[in-house]
Amino acid sequence: MAKAVDFSQRVSRASFAPWLRRILFFAALLMLWQVIAMSGIWPDYLFPGPFAVLSAIITGFSNGLYLQAVGVSLSRLAIGYSISLVVGLVLGLLIGRNRILEETVGSLILGLQALPSVCWLPLAILWFGLSERAIIFVVIMGALFSITLGVDAGVKNTNPIYLKAARNMGARNVALYSQVILPAALPAIINGLKQGWTFAWRSLMAGELIFFTLSLGNLLQTGRDLNDASQVMAVMVVIIIIGVAIDVLIFGPIERNVRDRWGLSR
Amino acid sequence: MSYQVTLSQSRNEAGSDRGSGSYGGISLQIENVSKVFTGRAGTVEALRPVNLTIEAGEFVCLLGPSGCGKSTLLSIIAGLEPATTGSVMADGRNVQGPGTDRVLLFQEAALFPWLDVQHNVEFGLRQLGTPAAERRALARRFLELVHLKGFERSYVHQLSGGMRQRVAIARALAINPAVLLMDEPFGALDALTRDRLHTELETIWSSTRKTVVFVTHNVREAVALGDRVLVFSPRPGRIVREFRIDLPRPRSLEDHSLVDESAEILTVLREAIGEHEGEDENG
Repeated sequence: MAKAVDFSQRVSRASFAPWLRRILFFAALLMLWQVIAMSGIWPDYLFPGPFAVLSAIITGFSNGLYLQAVGVSLSRLAIGYSISLVVGLVLGLLIGRNRILEETVGSLILGLQALPSVCWLPLAILWFGLSERAIIFVVIMGALFSITLGVDAGVKNTNPIYLKAARNMGARNVALYSQVILPAALPAIINGLKQGWTFAWRSLMAGELIFFTLSLGNLLQTGRDLNDASQVMAVMVVIIIIGVAIDVLIFGPIERNVRDRWGLSR
Repeated sequence: MSYQVTLSQSRNEAGSDRGSGSYGGISLQIENVSKVFTGRAGTVEALRPVNLTIEAGEFVCLLGPSGCGKSTLLSIIAGLEPATTGSVMADGRNVQGPGTDRVLLFQEAALFPWLDVQHNVEFGLRQLGTPAAERRALARRFLELVHLKGFERSYVHQLSGGMRQRVAIARALAINPAVLLMDEPFGALDALTRDRLHTELETIWSSTRKTVVFVTHNVREAVALGDRVLVFSPRPGRIVREFRIDLPRPRSLEDHSLVDESAEILTVLREAIGEHEGEDENG
């Protein structure tokens, strides 16, 4: 009994301590930042302090500019990522289940995966002009191959005994894919989805830098044009927050759910 | 074509006979079935031609050392693997693929880790198009039969090895197959759990009268369960001797006649393994 109490106390302290350390670390970092900014080594417009950046964030959101930019960037991401998701699932399943496609299309995708997707941007601009289609194309190129390879890996590493058992119990065609092959591959698919989202987000930001319509990447560029480092930093902070939020709020729960079901340890 | 008939027939039976569960087994005729695997390292003869007739409702144990092709034979009967020669007839119809009249159970239980226990048991019924409410009720009933009431919402990793096999049995029984093909299902369990599952399986078998083909390398297990025990030689496998076990049921592992019978079969099995090299020369 005494042992159990002791143990639970240790657990709660252990889960609290990392957060305390994290908070202290970031508080110290902010303080250091403020001290350097106040020291006058660099002029204010090149190295603004945390308060200047915070006020830039508040201004940006209160005049609606940032919200609009976030909306534009996220909708591009959503469109591009959705297309990658659908195409990647189908392509990954085909490659994972067909040896000839694996040997041909599979190796092509493996090669294309090695190309940073922002490298598609010049070609996309030649093909589509400085348009929505060009930037969405780059987002798709960022996410598609990771998702495809994730699905492919999941399908190929599925224990064949699941397929045997399912076929034996009468699962055929679509049911075999939707109820067995895809769910069995889910842990690997989620890894591919996560990697795909990271690549898509990065290539979107890089692509938006050279676009003239309002967006997060474009705001970074405008900040530079106006010689306003506090706006540049403010937008960087917003981009970080969105990235972390999508990781924590969307992928976190999905991953946890799968881990709990399958009993995979962290 | 004939396979389609089998499927629709078992669907009818699953629908009409769910109350009593007394739908019995069917006969199996294995004619000249052999298996040769062709791989990169050349060809491997896994199974010499086997001829075997199993009566409806019979409990037959295939006994032999690991890798003697008995599991391969089971896969062929299940229709999950093609035979190199010969044919399998289930209830007089040629087996041409997997069918829900013959369900294979694996040593690893092969439960789906993405589904909870309830949905694992419902899986086969879902493929048959059974309505959701009926599926739920049937799954509950079979989980109760294998003493797993209260574990409906558990996931596979939360269950012990014995519980997983129980779920696998419930999942197989739910689609009301005529034949249970069991591939060393209790091989990875501890002795106590195995004994308990023997008793449960015997009870289920005697109340449903399904045909059971049970693969094992454990002599006592074979004698405790089987009406007939077929002893296989090492690879390439073939049947060397057949024993009819006429001991009364339910059987006890401590029973003297069971122990004697086991000893006799063990001798035959040892001889088969020992003679293996000499046998190879003569073909």
